[in-house]
Amino acid sequence: MASGYNAKEEDGHRAGAAGPGESASRSRKPDNTAFKQQRLPAWQPILTAGTVLPAFFIIGLIFIPIGIGLYVTSNNIREFEIDYTGTDPSSPCYNCSQTYSWNSTTLCTCTLTFSLNQPFEGNVFMYYGLSNFYQNHRRYVKSRDDSQLNGDLSSLKSPSKECEPYHTNEKPIAPCGAIANSMFNDTLELFYIDPNETRTPIPLMKKGIAWWTDKHVKFRNPGGSNANLTAVFQGTTKPVNWRKPVYELDSDPENNGFINEDLIVWMRTAALPTFRKLYRIIQKKNNMTPTLPRGNYTLEVTYNYPVHSFEGRKRMILSTISWMGGKNPFLGIAYMTVGSICFVLGVVLLFIHHKYGNRNNSSDIPS
Amino acid sequence: MLVPWRGFWNPRSKAPGQEEERHVKANDRDYNERFTYADNHIKTAKYTFYTFLPINLFEQFQRFANAYFLVLLILQLIPEISSLSWFTTIVPLVLVLTITAVKDATDDYFRHKSDQQVNTRQSQVLIKGKIQKEKWMNVRVGDIIKLENNQFVAADVLLLSSSEPYGLCYIETAELDGETNLKVRQALTVTSDLGADVAKLADFNGEVVCEPPNNKLDKFIGTLYWKDNKYSLDNEKMLLRGCMLRNTEWCFGMVIFAGLQTKLMQNCGRTKFKRTSIDRLMNTLVLWIFGFLICMGIILAIGNTIWEQRVGRNFWAYLLWDELLSSAVFSGFLTFWSYIIILNTVVPISLYVSVEVLRLGHSYFINWDRKMYYSRKDTPAEARTTTLNEELGQVEFIFSDKTGTLTQNIMVFSKCSINGNTYGDVYDEFGHKVDITEKTPCVDFSFNPLMDRKFRFHDSSLVEAIKLEEPLVQEFFRLLALCHTVMPEERSEGQSWPLVYQAQSPDEGALVTAARNFGFVFRARTPETITLYEMGQPVTYQLLAILDFNNVRKRMSVIVRNPKGQLKLYSKGADTIIFDRLEPANEELMYTTSEHLNEFAGEGLRTLALAYKDLDEDMFDEWMKKLLFASAALENREERLGALYEEVEQGLMLLGATAIEDKLQEGVPETISCLTLANIKIWVLTGDKLETAMNIGYSCNMLRDDMNEVFIISSHTMLEVQQELKERFSSSQDVGKTDMYASDSVFEETIIAECALIINGHSLAHALEADLEQILLDVACLCKTVICCRVTPLQKAQVVELVKRHKRAVTLAIGDGANDVSMIKTAHIGVGISGQEGMQAVLASDYSFAQFRYLQRLLLVHGRWSYHRMCNFLCYFFYKNFAFTLVHFWFGFLCGFSAQTVYDQWFITLFNIVYTSLPVLAMGVFDQDVNEQYSLRYPNLYRPGQLNLLFNKRKFFTCTLQGVCTSFILFFIPYGAFLCAVRDDGSHISDQQSFAVTIATSLVIVVSVQIGLDTNYWTAVNHFFIWGSLAVYFAILFAMNSDGIFRIFPSQFPFVGTARNALNQKSVWLVILLTTVVCIMPVVAMRFLKTDLHPTQTDKVRLLQQATRRQGPQEQNLRRVRRTSSRRSAYAFAHQQGYGELITSGKNMKVHTSSTSAVPSSSPGRTHSINCNTLRSHTTCSSFQHYNLGHCMF
Repeated sequence: MASGYNAKEEDGHRAGAAGPGESASRSRKPDNTAFKQQRLPAWQPILTAGTVLPAFFIIGLIFIPIGIGLYVTSNNIREFEIDYTGTDPSSPCYNCSQTYSWNSTTLCTCTLTFSLNQPFEGNVFMYYGLSNFYQNHRRYVKSRDDSQLNGDLSSLKSPSKECEPYHTNEKPIAPCGAIANSMFNDTLELFYIDPNETRTPIPLMKKGIAWWTDKHVKFRNPGGSNANLTAVFQGTTKPVNWRKPVYELDSDPENNGFINEDLIVWMRTAALPTFRKLYRIIQKKNNMTPTLPRGNYTLEVTYNYPVHSFEGRKRMILSTISWMGGKNPFLGIAYMTVGSICFVLGVVLLFIHHKYGNRNNSSDIPS
Repeated sequence: MLVPWRGFWNPRSKAPGQEEERHVKANDRDYNERFTYADNHIKTAKYTFYTFLPINLFEQFQRFANAYFLVLLILQLIPEISSLSWFTTIVPLVLVLTITAVKDATDDYFRHKSDQQVNTRQSQVLIKGKIQKEKWMNVRVGDIIKLENNQFVAADVLLLSSSEPYGLCYIETAELDGETNLKVRQALTVTSDLGADVAKLADFNGEVVCEPPNNKLDKFIGTLYWKDNKYSLDNEKMLLRGCMLRNTEWCFGMVIFAGLQTKLMQNCGRTKFKRTSIDRLMNTLVLWIFGFLICMGIILAIGNTIWEQRVGRNFWAYLLWDELLSSAVFSGFLTFWSYIIILNTVVPISLYVSVEVLRLGHSYFINWDRKMYYSRKDTPAEARTTTLNEELGQVEFIFSDKTGTLTQNIMVFSKCSINGNTYGDVYDEFGHKVDITEKTPCVDFSFNPLMDRKFRFHDSSLVEAIKLEEPLVQEFFRLLALCHTVMPEERSEGQSWPLVYQAQSPDEGALVTAARNFGFVFRARTPETITLYEMGQPVTYQLLAILDFNNVRKRMSVIVRNPKGQLKLYSKGADTIIFDRLEPANEELMYTTSEHLNEFAGEGLRTLALAYKDLDEDMFDEWMKKLLFASAALENREERLGALYEEVEQGLMLLGATAIEDKLQEGVPETISCLTLANIKIWVLTGDKLETAMNIGYSCNMLRDDMNEVFIISSHTMLEVQQELKERFSSSQDVGKTDMYASDSVFEETIIAECALIINGHSLAHALEADLEQILLDVACLCKTVICCRVTPLQKAQVVELVKRHKRAVTLAIGDGANDVSMIKTAHIGVGISGQEGMQAVLASDYSFAQFRYLQRLLLVHGRWSYHRMCNFLCYFFYKNFAFTLVHFWFGFLCGFSAQTVYDQWFITLFNIVYTSLPVLAMGVFDQDVNEQYSLRYPNLYRPGQLNLLFNKRKFFTCTLQGVCTSFILFFIPYGAFLCAVRDDGSHISDQQSFAVTIATSLVIVVSVQIGLDTNYWTAVNHFFIWGSLAVYFAILFAMNSDGIFRIFPSQFPFVGTARNALNQKSVWLVILLTTVVCIMPVVAMRFLKTDLHPTQTDKVRLLQQATRRQGPQEQNLRRVRRTSSRRSAYAFAHQQGYGELITSGKNMKVHTSSTSAVPSSSPGRTHSINCNTLRSHTTCSSFQHYNLGHCMF
């Protein structure tokens, strides 16, 4: 405890030897900057009735029209879906589904007929849909080798360990991994049946179904675009479940090997166990006639893909699209619901605020 | 100068196998080296350049969180369960480790530097018969070293000889125990004869046998064997490391303990690491989160087992399982671990580091605050610990020291009453009393060349009385100039005021200085004489006897013979004591004086009555003989002397009374009332006397006249104390009850408003025992003011400990001296008053600043902000991590519980450390809900912190629940939208990568909007960080999804093109917008309703603040506290036994006047307290060992 008498203390400072601060000529006074003094200019928003209530109304007023727009758009989209799994004995594909397995050598085909009640205009997109298929299972998802698919020659010859157990089958597998191995290989063909019973095949575009980036960046054939695929893939073997090697997927060199679009589409794994993937595009002919007129159609399925074991379902979907994509009622309904809730909430809050709200300022702040 | 070692070092001294006795031979290194005593090299640094990495990493992995992440990392290396790449954990972990390591390394670097600086100090060592310069670290045990004036003592040294007579030497121990007065050490006569003779000293071969190293600063037992003689050694012959040599030209000493074995270093115990309540809560919560994590893991593992059995086994056609994995249960087991890895981000890895960063920032703001900078001492506030800031916002109890903390420890002679007239008040021309302020003109003392310029007095009538040579006025000041034990010191020439007084207590100094300015200058003293300059004329009085102070006598007298040969006794003391011993003729004067004393005391002044007496020559001779006889007596010496003193101090003539103001520090009453309004209870714990403490209580506005009751407990036995406490308890409750009936106010508040408890040290000792402590606490908490006086340092700590233990409240102790160290260390937060001479309190403290009034700002502004920021930060942090992580949980139900992640692995890696860390840090550093003016103007804004409202378990549940809901929305809205979505060019979009990008983008936007909502104070930095984080997110997203990076590492960046393809879709943006709105709007609605229907204090003040800001700045009327007190204060004189004996024995007098320039101008007088010191050491030093010195200095 300092019991020294004041005079001494002050003298000591004046003498300049003992004071701790005296030796340093610079003052230790902190700088007077807005930052150090925590006086930075700042915007200080507060949630008041004046800001919150309008926000609710505005959101409500914006969301409801968006929702209606989305809903109408979605409803205007023509969509047709047909399940051809063949679980039901009456189904034409019942036989195929029961007998078919990966190992069968003979092809099984079945034909389904259906009719479109309304014409499909514009480009029509043909999807295959799978249900209960866990393309998002972790071990499935990681069972691929992106370097191999990108045309890396060393990965081609020694695929990544991630591909186990579809890694080598005496020779390295190309493309390796469970995803590629389980590639969807049904062939779907569509015929229009005239009122006079003639079957007209509908031309199905097999190119342009994959993302541009996938086709041109992510997937590349080993040895460049002009290489002889047969030679390049020499020393590798096809995936176990495949019927033909990867370099025979298509006759078009632009759509063969790793850059085959069916493969690319399949390799982009779905997020959810029920999914659809683009299969073919039916391009519109001209503006006068609808792409798919009203009438009867047959779908010819070469039934290669067994889903019976895991109770999966296979569907064929025909759909037109709009500015927001395919038919999707969810978004429209969700927007309308949220918009209405916001609006109603705004009204309720306004009511509460008026009835019970606190509008006083300083009067009752005890200091 | 001194280097505080904050930090930890392990006492290495346990190694030398339990030394039982120490043998040291002077000048014999060979002999001493046999014992492997520690050398004088100090090492407090933990690491060297090479050992830093391994040791630091080892230490870091001892922390629970780090170890946890290390385990995770190892788990991730097992391919069967690795659901995430190793880098998702290692990148944040490395970052966290690096930040901590850098901090540790900087700390250690500074320790190295200070070690280096101390170790390389020069000292003079006697080696081979010559005095050589050596570095401190090369000094060995047994060496003889030479110390010079104003040097720090290099090691624990046995004093051999010194430049002063009788082998005396003076030291200042401020760095050791905080006491600023000088202490005397005396060498053995045999060794002091060695003098400065180097040859003799070199031949000195005494052997010291003494106790082993220990940490008792006031004890030393040893024996010196020399020339076949034994000499016992005690602490009075030791100079301890850390002391400074004063007023002694040189001295020689022999090193007994060196380096880490010195008492100073032995006292540097490991600092107790203080944790805040939020820290503890955080640890609990992290454990809960672990539990939650494990629960989720188990749920998902069970799900996996079921799924594998029902669905998975049918799926084999597409995905062959290994034989090993084919068992569903085993698969479930592996899944458990996989999910632990995926969901580990619910335990925020960066939490601890971020919290540290925030606190560091807050500490810097405290250091930078100009409003806590004291320009007169050039002392800024300093946050010495960076881990306690938010606790400053939760303080409920303040324990304050009095002297030096509430008061300036400056005594000012402010009024006096001489022969029935009062002096010191100023009146205007109409005869009204004028308040004395800075501007009031001071009396001009220029007639007196020897005056002290610092002295201020405002009433010129007293000077006129002096100039008129009124005999009683002259006698009054003569008494003040003669009757004291002050030592004068003449400074070297050229100084503007060459005369300096060394007083034992500030009161005495003030009185002698007053006399000096009024023309009675105390100039010099010898054992037999006192020389005054009376109105410029030197007058020498013969000093015949000093009848010293003690606690019983409460007075002191001197007997002098003036130049005319008259014998006079001058006496000053407590009014009651003096009044009892007056001549009956004085009665009338006594009444007048007594009235004046009442008046003075009412103003909180410390009063003293003065009296004199003419002595009869014969009677005195006889008395003197008796005195000599008595002082030679062996038995009952004290009593016999006391009786003799009593005999002569009779029949006094009253002269008057003095009133001294114990100056409060600036702004103390205002601060106290403001803190009281903030519902902080302030307890004063002081070593002072009851009366002094009460006076200060009144002048600080802690005690007031309108208080219902002031309980004073000063019993001496346990039973009495118990009785009293119980009485007080029931009566205080009664007070409360009657008041409750009288008004509608809340029961407890009424009670608190009206009582005060004052308890003294004796009673406190009893009350602190186990049976009584509860009732003590009950009574104390019912009272608004609690003052404990006459408490020892240990008791201070006990009181703090008591409150800490029984009340779940945050305590803060504030003090300035070594006797406060214990309570500063015990309390949750210790605050030291810096800028004083002793460093002890500051070194032990967590925060330090120069003035008590800054406490208000520290708590109400910095503490409140810190708490607010930290709580908001934690809420948001937990929310964010839950929202981020639980998406995986929901996804588990749709991916066969396979531990597939939703997001890109890089997103998982970067989310916490890049995308979302800076906005929340900016919020945590800069946010201000209410600005500083309003924080101070409305002290009850402090209440939420005390009630722990802003972050508690409930808040935690709310924010995690919000996180869970957000994650649910984040997952299921995209889920609904993606069920059958395709792109606008017909190709698919419901693939995993697009899904991941959509959810990740929504998440980043949602949490950014949320931080926006949580930020109350948008500075440019906040804007920059929030918008910047969003920008960085998109930049990194596109970079990682770009062709270029894919071409380089095709297997690391499989998301090529996804961002481009997903984010150019209107429907994806519509999903993101919808998700954001659905996540945010309920929060906005809830918050709005809360502030609208049940606005908190803060909400109201914020509204007000906004309203006033719109109107423009207003003139603020600051609260001014008016003190009104008409209380009759009792005798207050903080005086202890003086050293009259030393003066009359002449031991402390210099034989020659200090003509040598070796005495520095700044050094205090050599005759500082000696007796008082030993007296005081009973209270201070004996309890010293209880509070270990955490911080060492040299």
